Amino acid sequence: MIVRIMGEGQYRLDEDCIKRVNVLDNAGVKAVESDDEDAFHTAFEEMLDIIRKEGEHLGDEEIETSDVIVPPGDTSFAEAAADFTGEGLIPD
Amino acid sequence: MAGMSGRMSTVIKAKVSKLLDRAEDPGETLDYSYQKQLEALQNVKKGIADVVTSKKRLGMQASKLEQSVVKLDTQARQALAAGNEELARTALERKQFAQTELQSLDQQVAELQSQQDKLIDSEKRLRTKIEAFRTKKEVIKAQYSAAEAQVRISEAATGVGEEMADVGLAMQRAVDKTEDMKARASAVEELEAAGTFEDLTQLGSGQDDIDRQLAELGAGGMVDDDLAKMKAELGMGDPAPAPGELEAGGPASGEPEVKP
Repeated sequence: MIVRIMGEGQYRLDEDCIKRVNVLDNAGVKAVESDDEDAFHTAFEEMLDIIRKEGEHLGDEEIETSDVIVPPGDTSFAEAAADFTGEGLIPD
Repeated sequence: MAGMSGRMSTVIKAKVSKLLDRAEDPGETLDYSYQKQLEALQNVKKGIADVVTSKKRLGMQASKLEQSVVKLDTQARQALAAGNEELARTALERKQFAQTELQSLDQQVAELQSQQDKLIDSEKRLRTKIEAFRTKKEVIKAQYSAAEAQVRISEAATGVGEEMADVGLAMQRAVDKTEDMKARASAVEELEAAGTFEDLTQLGSGQDDIDRQLAELGAGGMVDDDLAKMKAELGMGDPAPAPGELEAGGPASGEPEVKP
């Protein structure tokens, strides 16, 4: 699956990674729902970390459409409320 | 795991499909997409130039404020040496204020720098992707039937469209930050125009508007510390009060003219 972090580029992730990212995605939604800013940042940071470290960075010349789009790394808690709702970034 | 989801994905999909809807036949779609991509690239370049301009402007203000800090410090010292504690206090209040503004400006300049770096990276990614699209476009034109070409074009254009939308958002964020800073920069300019950081020896007597504003900012504690430090440096104990000095003398009293 291809994941884009806005402002950073695209990564190719295997199923196992996606599963773990999805768990954090859901944790992000929960944190937004319960207005827990710290919990959101923890989940979001960890999510970005997995994508960046374990994903394979797509070359700039590869033209692919992303399956999942993750908001920019400096997303604030207020901004996150718009994305981390319902099923979050990844549909369950 | 069916396709993209989330608000950001929806926004991007909408933008891309709007782009593709314009043209009917595959060849036209390709050329149209490519043209749009080049326009987007130009916009990014313009965006970067705007950020650089704002950064320069803030940098210039910062160096002006730095000069004011030095000047006001010198004046406070001179005033104190001449026994005019009131004037020294006013100078230190203004110095304190200028320093606070300076710190915030420095922070903003650093933030703009990071926005600029990000935009430059994005611009590079988009440029490479557009170049790849151009190559792909020629292959598609040469090798595929109309129906097949339509699908491949759609895929390729969506991929580049996503990159364009990504850069678009990065630009928007940079522009928003720049706008905030422009407002801040204007505020500092107004204070400058109002004489906040001007030569205190040129001021009339007593409290003016600026003094009241500064007092409201509550730099008092820091100013007391500064004043005490300066007195110690000048080897002064509690100086003899100079009652009514400012009120009586004004600019013509002349004592702050002492050269360092």
